[in-house]
Amino acid sequence: MIPDGLVAVVKRACPTCELVAPVLGELDVTVYSQDDPTFPDGLGARDDRDLEVSFALGIDTVPTLLRVEEGEVTGRVEGWDRARWEAFTGTTGLGAGLPEWRPGCGSRTHDPEVVDQRLVAATLGHLRARQVELGAAEDEIEAMYARGWSDGLPLVPPTPERVARMCAGTTRAPGDVVAIVPPDLVECTVEKVAINAVMAGCRPEYLPVVLAALEAACTDEFNIHGLLATTWFSGPLVVVNGPVTRAIGMNSGVNALGPGNRANATIGRALQLVVRNVGGGRPGGVDRATLGNPGKYTFCFAEDEAGSPWESLAAERGVPAGTSAVTLFAGEGVRGVVDQLSRAPESLTRSFAACLRTVGHPKNVFIWDAMLVVSPEHARVFREAGWTKARLRDELHAALQLPAEELVHGAGGIAEGMPEWLCEPGSTLAKFRDGGLLIAHAGGGAGLFSAIIGGWASGAVGSEPVTREVGA
Amino acid sequence: MRLLDPTSERDDTRRERAPRPPGLDGLRIGLLDIGKPRGNVFLDRVAEHLAARGLTVERFRKPTFTKPAPVDLRHEIATKCDVVIEALAD
Repeated sequence: MIPDGLVAVVKRACPTCELVAPVLGELDVTVYSQDDPTFPDGLGARDDRDLEVSFALGIDTVPTLLRVEEGEVTGRVEGWDRARWEAFTGTTGLGAGLPEWRPGCGSRTHDPEVVDQRLVAATLGHLRARQVELGAAEDEIEAMYARGWSDGLPLVPPTPERVARMCAGTTRAPGDVVAIVPPDLVECTVEKVAINAVMAGCRPEYLPVVLAALEAACTDEFNIHGLLATTWFSGPLVVVNGPVTRAIGMNSGVNALGPGNRANATIGRALQLVVRNVGGGRPGGVDRATLGNPGKYTFCFAEDEAGSPWESLAAERGVPAGTSAVTLFAGEGVRGVVDQLSRAPESLTRSFAACLRTVGHPKNVFIWDAMLVVSPEHARVFREAGWTKARLRDELHAALQLPAEELVHGAGGIAEGMPEWLCEPGSTLAKFRDGGLLIAHAGGGAGLFSAIIGGWASGAVGSEPVTREVGA
Repeated sequence: MRLLDPTSERDDTRRERAPRPPGLDGLRIGLLDIGKPRGNVFLDRVAEHLAARGLTVERFRKPTFTKPAPVDLRHEIATKCDVVIEALAD
């Protein structure tokens, strides 16, 4: 209970508070000390090291002199200002010998660690996950491995405090259900995503991207269940577009598809850990991949929009400019396309087409989708020739009309291929279905290389790429 | 140190398998093609063998092998069949 009358809030660490300590002795004032109840000496200051009173009074600066009437603050003066203090207290001759004016110091309520502690304390009460108490002699990293929570790499221990901080990365409540996660079809809350995001190494500001990725993954169209279960190589690839990529420092440049960037690395990993731990999808369990691919640890990158000659992948897929979004693609590994000689877009397109033909198998058509990641040096060829992305896609489709005779079972001495009923002699078949070839722009400034990321069973049979806006 | 559980915290329910039938005589037999290549070839041969033994079958097919069978299909099979033979792979 804060008494009526004059109230002052001070801290010993503030030189201005030291300065006004004798003045407080001249007044009938209740003093609260934020850091040391023995300060000011002899005034019997009340202990506010837990800052409850300071928060209740909305203190920004120390010293702050307030007037409280019937429990309500009716006036306040911040810092030391003799004229204002005299007017405020109705006293004259205050602080003889002191300077006329000194600014105050910041209230401890604004110390970053204090803000963090309060945020954590406020969130902890909303967390519902079971708490696992480790023994004093237990190594926490080993304990997490032993419980089967890891993808094989070490995890960050999800302490309640870390999870509470992670939950602060979104405006959504910890208990909000984000998605039904296969294969166990479990309702997954923001809190469970946050726990796995902590383990993956995410910072709280990445959480909205992880939430959007999980929502996209758990749609019937994307079909994360089948993608998990398949014997094929593929896993969820997350392409991130929009201002969030810059806000959280994602990499779209040198080594964009590789290691070295925390956001890229941990967002993709967090998604996979949710599928593993919440959904119950584990390699060797429901994940039946014959060989798998290293991208199943994590596969996430930002598109280089600023350096692209084209509209972004998200814009093509209907996301308004200035809005952040994730696009999920059922991607297998990365294969390189080298073409260091083509300076004409027609020639480079034919190179892309020749390599794209091999996705899945050179004799397979419309079974597989693909994503083409065009690097800056290759994109320059199209920019200088004035080719739009739509033009490139059309030309690729034209170059990937494959003669049926080359595709049919047995052609080229290879049993694999398309069935005879589909391969009318003299006809051609398109390598990719409509919407089955995605094009993005990323990579470092040097290297006449682009990347093909093969897909999985395309469309309604398997997986449709899914784009979701990133929320708050 | 206290950690928060990252899993679904589900307790797995263990259920006994349905008893194996001693034979197929008089049973309603379903053949389920999940949509994998040549699953039909396999099931056609199974159906021939069963027919040679005087048994009749009903055929079912999943819309795609990449997704769980739709609830309605599962219900139909459960209603119409005593046993199911599934062509599970390529």
